[in-house]
Amino acid sequence: MKDYAGVMVFAEQREGRIHPVTYELLGKGREIADKLGRPLSSVLLGDQLEAEARELVYHGADRVFWYDHPVLKDPDLVNYKHNIVRLVREVNPEIFLLGATRWGRSLGARIAAALGTGLTADCTGLEVDEDGSLIQIRPAFSGNVLAQIKTSTKPQMATVRYKVMSSLPRDTHRNGEIIRKQAELIPSPLTITGKERAAEADIAEAEVIVSGGAGLKRAGDFSLLAELAELLGGTVGSSRLPVDSGWIGREHQVGFSGHTVKPKVYIACGISGSPQHLAGMRESGCIIAINSDPSAPIFKIADYGIVGDLYEVVPKLIKNIKRLKRCNS
Amino acid sequence: MPELLKVSITEDINRRSGASLRIIVPMKQVPDMRQVKFDTEKGKVDRSSAAAEINPFDLHALETAVQLKEKLGAAVTAISMGPRRAEVALRDALARGADSAVLLEDSKFAGADTLATSYTLACAIRKLGGFDLIICGEKTVDGDTGQVGPELAEHLNIPHLAYVSKLVEAGEKLVAVCDMEGEAHIVEASLPVLLMVTKDINIPRLPTFRDKAMARKAEVTIWNAEELSSFADPSRFGIEGSPTRVRKVFLPSEEGRKGKIFRNTNEEAISDVAQAILDFLG
Ligand SMILES: Cc1cc2nc3c(=O)[nH]c(=O)nc-3n(C[C@H](O)[C@H](O)[C@H](O)COP(=O)(O)OP(=O)(O)OC[C@H]3O[C@@H](n4cnc5c(N)ncnc54)[C@H](O)[C@@H]3O)c2cc1C
Ligand SMILES: Nc1ncnc2c1ncn2[C@@H]1O[C@H](COP(=O)(O)O)[C@@H](O)[C@H]1O
Repeated sequence: MKDYAGVMVFAEQREGRIHPVTYELLGKGREIADKLGRPLSSVLLGDQLEAEARELVYHGADRVFWYDHPVLKDPDLVNYKHNIVRLVREVNPEIFLLGATRWGRSLGARIAAALGTGLTADCTGLEVDEDGSLIQIRPAFSGNVLAQIKTSTKPQMATVRYKVMSSLPRDTHRNGEIIRKQAELIPSPLTITGKERAAEADIAEAEVIVSGGAGLKRAGDFSLLAELAELLGGTVGSSRLPVDSGWIGREHQVGFSGHTVKPKVYIACGISGSPQHLAGMRESGCIIAINSDPSAPIFKIADYGIVGDLYEVVPKLIKNIKRLKRCNS
Repeated sequence: MPELLKVSITEDINRRSGASLRIIVPMKQVPDMRQVKFDTEKGKVDRSSAAAEINPFDLHALETAVQLKEKLGAAVTAISMGPRRAEVALRDALARGADSAVLLEDSKFAGADTLATSYTLACAIRKLGGFDLIICGEKTVDGDTGQVGPELAEHLNIPHLAYVSKLVEAGEKLVAVCDMEGEAHIVEASLPVLLMVTKDINIPRLPTFRDKAMARKAEVTIWNAEELSSFADPSRFGIEGSPTRVRKVFLPSEEGRKGKIFRNTNEEAISDVAQAILDFLG
């Protein structure tokens, strides 16, 4: 089984659908595996997900270890951990990656402790050193600094933030092996008795986010931002202060203690750009800042900035976008 | 707050004659993130630049424990691994409702990553004897991993519930709401179990002046590596037991941003930005 070593990616699934962070990890995993001259494998647990196992091959995996059982339909902590730990002991990957989703973090920490190996949380960068070891880059101190971390034990484990790595284009001609594994099941002391969908659309998925901060004068003024967001097919975000004031729900908060987002366009209105806020939106494609204070730190990371009163700028921006859209159509 | 924590007292709890729930709350002392300074040149974190406080996320864990104590009766033990000055954080925990406090302090514990930290906490918890619940915070503001809780549960061989935003029931069994990004799972567990709670679970109370004064005189138990030795393999403590090493720390760079800042709000500037947004969206 020694030739199975290399890089292994945990394929996260929800309700039978592969979480996109998995494909991003396969993209990065492919790059690392090629650099090391080693294979890239993935482990998928679920209920009747053979087609999804094939998708993992189309996205870069050489081998997919596939566990199929109704018990594995839901994120069953005990059985997921037990079977993945057994697989890792059998296959001996040098590197094991999971998405830094809540499920990935919770499961990853248990696997790492069971294996007695190091785990680096929430990485935003992965590189390979000259000696073939993994360099893991992650924000620490509430996103204020970046740390470079190395692990002396195997596998070198990391959870990786969603929307930071890029996935490979889906290629149905890619060859790979699907290896069916028998799950060893143990009675779980935890039972999921119900599920609730959050009513709100997940802000982490939005392509455009228009966020408001303490520069807003009253709760109702979020409607101005909502108008701009809607025009661009996006959604509304917030810094922590309006959330703490109860002006907008916590599910809109961007930043260290809120959501990490990576939209194509992020428009920050009346937000100063504290390190905790930047921690959640720094990876956005294009950052636009509107702030009346020219020395606001948000301008340091902006692609476009407008120094001015948001109550004047946002309506003008809406007007201009409407005009340009009319011209183009 | 009561509506956040609906507790049904089951017979089982009543039957534990005198012996109420035993709850352990692992807490960390951290620098106040609003003050801490970062050395741009050396890429260093100057911990001495800021006052120390209890990790804000851990206050929610302690509050959960104290509310359970008020409803069901419980003995709450706060435990921390850290330097001697972390005793201050533990006294603060006593003022906020913990009944006893243990500090794990030894130079052998220093330099620990999450694996060594969780291992050391697990050894100390074994030494403390039995427990029904361990309640952790979601993450620390300095380490910022959220790993210590689940790793601790693994070392103790008990299940854990991550990202608990609400307790629906606590008694013979425990029912909790776990927030999993856009979806919430309602999960049932038996005791003992470790909970990792989010800040949505409650609003931590402030200690009264009287409680603070009382806590100043209270005793904090201090254990060193030697005192854990019959429960531990000392080579798994501190830097020796830590497989991950921070090689360097640096500040995020913003290279690659256009940085086109318009200092006035004339029509041309706005129109440029509007065009740029539309271009970007293709
Ligand atoms: C542990 C911890 C976690 C945190 N997590 C988060 C987090 O997840 N997300 C987050 O956002 N914060 C977080 N914070 C808080 C963070 O430190 C800042 O306090 C917060 O981000 C500031 O929000 P703001 O930029 O809206 O407000 P401010 O810093 O007050 O900035 C308001 C800005 O609006 C500008 N302004 C005022 N009026 C106008 C106007 N009419 N037109 C245009 N501009 C105007 C001002 O010039 C100013 O720059 C956290 C803090 C801690 C300690
Ligand atoms: N040194 C420590 N002492 C006690 N508890 C800790 C320590 N470090 C972390 N914890 C607990 O583990 C949780 C997660 O921490 P972290 O993995 O560092 O983000 C915290 O909220 C605490 O409850």
